[in-house]
Amino acid sequence: MKHLVKLGLAAALAVASASSAALAQAPKTLDAVKARGTLSCGVGTGLAGFGQPDDKGAWTGLDVEFCRALAAAIFNDPQKVSFKPLSAKERFTALQSGEIDVLARNSTWTISRDSSLGLAFVATNYYDGQGFMVKKSLGVKSAKELKGASVCVQTGTTTELNLADFFRTNKLEYKPVVFEKNDEVVAAYDAGRCDSMTTDASGLYAERLRMKNPDENIVLPEIISKEPLAPAVRQGDSQWFTIVRWVHFAMLNAEELGVTQKNVDEMLASTNPDIKRMLGKEGDFGKGIGLENDWVVRIIKAVGNYGESYERNVGSGSRLKIDRGLNKQWSQGGLQYAPPIR
Amino acid sequence: MVDVAMTPAMRRPEKVYSVKRTADTRLLILAPLAMIVTELVLGWLRGSYLTPGATSAGAARAAFSFDATSLLTGATLVAFFMGHLQPVNWLRDNLFSTVGNSVMTLVGLIIMYGLVAGLFDFAVLHATWQGSDGEACRPNTGACWPMVEAKFAQFMYGRYPTEYRWRVDLTYLLAVLGLVPLMIPRVPFKLQNAIFMFGIFPILAFFLLVGGVPGLPHVATEYWGGLLVTLVVASVGITASFPLGVILALGRRSRMPLARWASVGLIEFVRGVPLITVLFMSSVMLPLFLPPGWSIDKLLRALVGVALFAAAYMAETIRGGLQAIPRGQFEAADAIGLNYRQKMSMIVLPQALKLVIPGIVNSFIGLFKDTSLVLIIGLFDLLGIVQQNNTDQKWLAPTNAMTGYLFAGFIFWIFCFGMSRYSAFVERNLADTEKR
Repeated sequence: MKHLVKLGLAAALAVASASSAALAQAPKTLDAVKARGTLSCGVGTGLAGFGQPDDKGAWTGLDVEFCRALAAAIFNDPQKVSFKPLSAKERFTALQSGEIDVLARNSTWTISRDSSLGLAFVATNYYDGQGFMVKKSLGVKSAKELKGASVCVQTGTTTELNLADFFRTNKLEYKPVVFEKNDEVVAAYDAGRCDSMTTDASGLYAERLRMKNPDENIVLPEIISKEPLAPAVRQGDSQWFTIVRWVHFAMLNAEELGVTQKNVDEMLASTNPDIKRMLGKEGDFGKGIGLENDWVVRIIKAVGNYGESYERNVGSGSRLKIDRGLNKQWSQGGLQYAPPIR
Repeated sequence: MVDVAMTPAMRRPEKVYSVKRTADTRLLILAPLAMIVTELVLGWLRGSYLTPGATSAGAARAAFSFDATSLLTGATLVAFFMGHLQPVNWLRDNLFSTVGNSVMTLVGLIIMYGLVAGLFDFAVLHATWQGSDGEACRPNTGACWPMVEAKFAQFMYGRYPTEYRWRVDLTYLLAVLGLVPLMIPRVPFKLQNAIFMFGIFPILAFFLLVGGVPGLPHVATEYWGGLLVTLVVASVGITASFPLGVILALGRRSRMPLARWASVGLIEFVRGVPLITVLFMSSVMLPLFLPPGWSIDKLLRALVGVALFAAAYMAETIRGGLQAIPRGQFEAADAIGLNYRQKMSMIVLPQALKLVIPGIVNSFIGLFKDTSLVLIIGLFDLLGIVQQNNTDQKWLAPTNAMTGYLFAGFIFWIFCFGMSRYSAFVERNLADTEKR
C-alpha cells in the first residue's frame, strides 16, 4: 500500500516537473518569436509541392518557403524555423493554443473558419480548386464535354458534392464511381475503370505522376470550386497579422517589379522609386510593421520572389509542372494582386 | 497438413521409417529457396528479366509462372531427398493421407505459390535497383528500391541531425551489448547485467539521445523519427509496463480496499478507452487546458499514454497467471512463515509469470505495432515517416508507395518475429528446467 502511494506521488511529480519547463507566453507574437529565437510554423504531414520532406529530411514546398520567408524577414535567417507537422484535425487547435505562430498548411479560407475558430487568414498564397483529369485518348478538351462520362471520386468529401453540383448546373449526365480512399481513386482511374477522376487541381498534378503513363493524362482547364489556400494566424494580434500578410505581398511585389534572388543586390542600386521603397532604400516601411527596413531584401535573398518559389516547388522547375493559372500576377490575367509598398 | 478424416485402418504403424523433427522446417526453407535460385539463374541466362526493357513484356511473366510451377515440384522433391530416405511414404502419410488432406495440401501449395511468387515478382524480378528519381522506377512494375536507399537514413533516424546520429548508433550498440548477454541463459553475471540494462542504460540512453549536457548538444524530440521513435516508444512501453503490470495485478488481488480500488479503477478506465482516443485527447484537448505557452513534450505524452495502456493490459494477463496458481501454493508459503513479499517473489510470481509468457509476449508484440498510432499526435514513427516520404514529388511513381509499405512491413516483421521466436525459446528452456 505504502509503495503504491509512493509510486503515485513519484508519477505526479514527474508530470509536474516535465510541464514546468515550458515558457510563459509573451502577449505579442513577434516579441515571443524573437525571444524564442525561432519561428514555430505549422505544416502538413506531407503534400507534394506544398510541404514535403526531401531526401535529407529537410522540409520543402510552397507553404514551407512561406515560413522560411517569414523567418528571414524577422531573423535574416531562413533556417530559424521549427516546423510542426500537423494533421488536419489538430492544425487549428495548435494555432489556438499557441503551439505554433503561423499555420501554413494548405488550409482553405472560409467564413466559418474565419469567424468561429478564432483564426485570421492572412492572404491567399495559392488559389486551388477542384478539377478533372481525363485520358488524352478520350479527346475531351473541356469538362463541359464530359456528358455521360464515369467519374472516379472519393466519397464523403466536399469534392463529391461539388461534382454533383457541377453536373446538375450544366444539365449533364454522369456516372460517379465512388471510393473510400484517395489511393483507390487513383488506382481505379489508372486501371481504366472510369473516364475521369476529380479532386483538387494541385492534387491531380501530383497523382498524375503516380500513373503508369503520366503523359497520357491531362488536367482539364475548368475549375469547379473555390479553394483559396491561405496561411493563418491567431486573432487578436494585429501587428503579427500585418507582418505575415505583408511577407506574402512583398514576394508578389518583388515578382511584379522584376526583383529576383539573383539580381536583388543589383536592384539595390535601382532608381525606380517603387523598387527603392520596397528594398528599404527610401522610407521606413519595414520599421513601420515592426521589422527592419531591409526586410524584403532578406526575404528575396532567402527564397526569391513568389514566382520563383512557385516555379521551384510546384511549377515548371518541379516534377509537378502545375500551370500558374489563377496564381499568375494580376497583370498577367491571374488573381495574385498585392497592394503597393508605399 | 492436418489429419482431417484419418481412420485407424489407414494409419500406418509408427516409426517404420525415421522422420527427423527438424526436417519439416528445413523443407519449408529449402523448397522456396531452391525454386528462387534456379528461377533466377534461368531467368538470367535467358536475359529476359533484370533488364528494364523486357520486364514489362507479358511473355517473361508467363515464362516465369511456367518455370516456377515445374520448379516448385522439382525443388520440393530435392528438399525431400536431403531430409528423408523415404520421401514417398512421408508424402503419403503427411500430405496426401486422405482425399481431404490431398485437396488441402494442393490448395495450400497454390496459395503459398501465389503469395511467394507475387512477392518475389514485385520485390526482385520486376524491381528497379538504380535511379535518381521516380522516373527511373516508372518503366518497371516492381518495387522502387532507389527510393528506399535515398530515404534510408530518414527511415532510421527521422530528422535527427546528421552530425549527431552516432549518438543514436551508440545507444543501439549499448542496448545490444546489454540485452544479448541478458537473453542468453548460459552467460553469467545476470544480476550485474540486469542492473546495467534497467538501471544505468536508460540514463545513458536518455543523455545520449536527448543531450543537453556538455559535449552532447540538445536534440529536441521533434527531430526524432523513423525506427528510432518506434524503438523508443516500444522499449519504454515494454520496460515500464511490466513492473507496473505486476503491481497492478497484485493490487487488484490485494485484500487492502484502497489498493484494490485504485488498481481496478485504473485498469478498467484504461481498458475502457481506446489508445487512439487518449493520444488524440492529449494532442488536441490538452493544449487548450494548459496555460498559453505551456506544453508537454509530445513524445513524453505518447510515452506516458502507451506505458499506462500496456501496463493495464499486462496486469490482466498477469492476473490470469496468478489465478492459475493453486491455493495450496499460497498456503504452503504461509505455512513456512514467508511474509507477503517473500511469498509473492519466491513462490507465486515465478510460477505465475512462467504460465503467461505467451500472453506477455503477445502484449509486447501488440504494443510494438501500436506504436504507429503516435502518428496521430504528429510524431513520425517508421510507418509515419514512410507515409510522409511517399509525398515527396521527386520520387512520385506508380509503385513508390507500395515499396515504402513493403519496407516498413518487413522491418516490423523482423522485430515482431524475433520477439515471438525468443519467447518460444524461453518457454522451451523453462519447460526443460521443469523436467529435471
